Amino acid sequence: MSFLAKPKVAHPGLPRNELGLTVRDYEGGMSTLCAGCGHDSITAALIQAAFELSIPPHRMAKVSGIGCSSKTPAYFASASHGFNSVHGRMPSVATGANAANGELVYIGLSGDGDTLSIGLGQFCHAIRRNLNMLYLLENNGVYGLTKGQFSASADIGSKARKGDVNQQPPIDPCLLALSIGCTFVARSFSGDKAHLVPLLKAGIRHRGFALVDVISPCVTFNDHEGSTKSYQFTRQHAQAVTYADYVPPATEIRSDQAAGTVQAVTLHDGSRVLLHKVGADYDATDRTGAFDYVSRHQARGEIVTGLLFIDEAKPDMHQVQSLPDQPLNSVPYDKLNPGQKALDAIQARFR
Amino acid sequence: MSKQPRDNDFTIKIANVNGTGSASANTLLMKAFFRMGIPVAGKNYFPSNIQGLPTWYEIRASRDGYICRSGRVDVLVAMNAETYRKDLHDVAPGGYLIYDSTWPRAKQLARDDITILGVPLARLCNERFTRARERVLMKNIAYVGVLAALLDLDLAVVRALLQDSFAAKPQLLESNQAAFDLGYHYARENFSCPLPFRATAMNATGGHIMIDGNSTAALGALFAGATVVGWYPITPSTSVIDTFKRHAERLRKDPDTGRTNVAIIQAEDELAAIGMVLGASWNGARAFTSTSGPGISLMSEFLGYGYFTEIPAVLVNVQRCGPSTGMPTRTQQADIMACAYASHGDTRHVLLFPANPEEAFYLTAQAFDLAERLQTPVIVLTDLDIGMNDWMCRDLQWDPAYQPDRGKVMSREQLEKIEKFHRYLDVDQDGIPWRSLPGVHAKGAYFTRGSGHNMYGAYTEDAKEYQAVVDRLRRKWETARQYVPTPVVEQSDRHRVGIISVGSCDGAVREARARLAEAGVGANYLRVKAFPFSRQVQDFLDAHDRIYVVEQNRDAQLRSLLLLETRVDPEKLVAVLHYDGLPIVAASIVDGINQDMARGQAA
Ligand SMILES: Cc1ncc(C[n+]2csc(CCOP(=O)(O)OP(=O)(O)O)c2C)c(N)n1
Ligand code: SF4
Ligand SMILES: [Mg+2]
Repeated sequence: MSFLAKPKVAHPGLPRNELGLTVRDYEGGMSTLCAGCGHDSITAALIQAAFELSIPPHRMAKVSGIGCSSKTPAYFASASHGFNSVHGRMPSVATGANAANGELVYIGLSGDGDTLSIGLGQFCHAIRRNLNMLYLLENNGVYGLTKGQFSASADIGSKARKGDVNQQPPIDPCLLALSIGCTFVARSFSGDKAHLVPLLKAGIRHRGFALVDVISPCVTFNDHEGSTKSYQFTRQHAQAVTYADYVPPATEIRSDQAAGTVQAVTLHDGSRVLLHKVGADYDATDRTGAFDYVSRHQARGEIVTGLLFIDEAKPDMHQVQSLPDQPLNSVPYDKLNPGQKALDAIQARFR
Repeated sequence: MSKQPRDNDFTIKIANVNGTGSASANTLLMKAFFRMGIPVAGKNYFPSNIQGLPTWYEIRASRDGYICRSGRVDVLVAMNAETYRKDLHDVAPGGYLIYDSTWPRAKQLARDDITILGVPLARLCNERFTRARERVLMKNIAYVGVLAALLDLDLAVVRALLQDSFAAKPQLLESNQAAFDLGYHYARENFSCPLPFRATAMNATGGHIMIDGNSTAALGALFAGATVVGWYPITPSTSVIDTFKRHAERLRKDPDTGRTNVAIIQAEDELAAIGMVLGASWNGARAFTSTSGPGISLMSEFLGYGYFTEIPAVLVNVQRCGPSTGMPTRTQQADIMACAYASHGDTRHVLLFPANPEEAFYLTAQAFDLAERLQTPVIVLTDLDIGMNDWMCRDLQWDPAYQPDRGKVMSREQLEKIEKFHRYLDVDQDGIPWRSLPGVHAKGAYFTRGSGHNMYGAYTEDAKEYQAVVDRLRRKWETARQYVPTPVVEQSDRHRVGIISVGSCDGAVREARARLAEAGVGANYLRVKAFPFSRQVQDFLDAHDRIYVVEQNRDAQLRSLLLLETRVDPEKLVAVLHYDGLPIVAASIVDGINQDMARGQAA
């Protein structure tokens, strides 16, 4: 049997979103990942976020590379097109797709191997273009699908299941993204859905490249004693610097939400992200401050989570390219054809 | 070309140093012939360097209309002391060498079988012009003046060309004309002008343009309606995108919004460039990239992906000299095999082979129709000779009735009506399934994956399901055979000998056939325009006893492809190869065929 269709029976009592859809309408095929894999929890959070945002499923496009993590587009939103590309090259596919039609919601799924090793270049350049997409990095410190080799996010001293100890310094996707102009940088944990869902919602609504690095333990190859990407280690060392709350456009902010430790950021569509700050002096719109905070806490062995940085003002790829509002894939040919007269004028210079 | 130069039948070669601004002088000279109605070709042999290395420009005037490289030099302008010795050697006996006599020339650098003419170009220009850069530049225009006197070029034509070039800059017009006159008058006063062979007005260039194939490929993409480009710079393909961009920015601008109906994205490498093309095509835009050999190597993984997942894509591969980095500014046709089967697994790609810039225009445009009709990557294989040299081509025409063939794409209405959409189901029994575009309708949703999938688009590792898909892809390949352009065939029943060739060999093959015919050797001719090979290719192979396969690579790649993909006796196929990086000449074909025939007689 090659294809497991999940039965779609919506309980009559299930809540419905603005489109009248239930959360089941955002589900996909049955997961074939290991029971307990962090990636499945992220899929569940994504389903919740898309449902709550009332995105028409067919207006989303799911793109991924190769890896256990990159398989996850098959496990949600079966009414969306999916593009499971080649290893490490999803950003370029997303770039082309986005150039052809910027009206869809692009959700990219990748792993730490897919993003930080083979795909590091494409990841960086998609950030530099400020491609409008949600980029979910399902980070487990290993190559799950090829059976547990260290990835480039493995910490120094982290122990592999078979006993090897990683000696090479890790690439931190959030610090890297901050340093090359990323306009939305967040980190979360697959084991904390309440923390993750609002970040995903904000990331989807952000105009530009939204990186959400999610620590997502690999129960089969990297969840043992001595691993720094295990459930236990992450629970013990994760330190939220902000808790995000996504507020749709035209929604009143309750007074208790607007207290002194809350930073509100308005997104381009009028929605807002309320950031409940643990440290009152943390400013999520200060790039160097964020970089400094994360690196300092990292040095102490903490995993800083939350919306670390946001810049809603920077133009995205469409704005930089000055692309028309009408998606390029639907501009009628008559508008694209310069015609014989123009061709004659061009040829006049070649005589 | 006859053995001796004649009026309107000679080759001029200019040896220079790159970065000295000789390009506009050389173009001026070439266009003067063209405007005098004389068939002409310009070939640029330039270094992979920005400044200071040797560069040559060759102009062949051919009253018989042979616009391939002639392989001989009748007049050489030696502006580069570094290459003087070699240049001197290149002049055909009875020919002429012009050098800058401002400085004394070593005595031993002489030949008694040619005429050497000294012109103090630097001195003349230093006396007339003051600025350093101007002095360097104007030497080039001055040698054009010398050649104009020696070859009796029409002065009114030269004047008009200068006026066209400098319409907006009157001072430049004046200084260029002055430099031209310096050379012209010096030659008239000091040499017996014109030479025994010269230019005389003809009427053979009307309805033609002088254009390079990178420009025309770009125009083909523009007129076909391409809207997304992902690319990474590489010689000799870069000017495809430069030209596309220049025209698109002007011609695709929406007058109402000021925005441009095109996205041209400079990628971080060729892997990303082709990824962008696939993403955009998957999403329903016409997208393309342009590259050269090293780029094709990098794109291979994605090309296999595009083949297996059936996503249209158009690539223009302007071939250069390999292997590896090779000689980036020299020409070859050595990517035929790499492109035909690019990527691992049972992968094969539709290839188109233009012979000249005119065909590069039409075939690049057609590539988009084929890619979308067949839902697969299509590679247009030009080469540096076609792409970067100026060729005399018939005027380009764009059919006003043209509408893109978008292939089998489910509309919203169709999706609404059907029970269930299956991406890879062969509903029409032609091997081509229907596709749907993202964002159109929930019923159209499917999962594009390079991993094993069944005819419904679902993941599979099932032996039968997998095989059904790859077998259907093979049936699609047979369908492709009917869609691709058929070969050009010129044959008569009298001949048992044939020539098969490809792309930019065409001009040299034509000249070779004429020369062979003069010697009483008749040969039929087939030029392939596409892979997969059409039925006519098999017919031609069947109809001849001996077939010369003429191509520009060491390993006889077209011949290999014919052996693999047709039923032909290998003994019948004789490789005639030219692969030194310079464009092929008729002589190498004539010699190759004569040698083989002599061997046949000896045996
Ligand atoms: C070009 C190429 N090289 C190697 C592989 C093999 N491969 C498949 S998945 C993978 C690593 C995936 O690791 P990661 O992105 O962290 O995903 P995870 O499985 O951990 O979720 C590798 C090396 C491949 N598919 N393609
Ligand atoms: S191997 Fe690891 S990453 Fe892959 S599915 Fe299993 S738990 Fe998840
Ligand atoms: Mg991983």
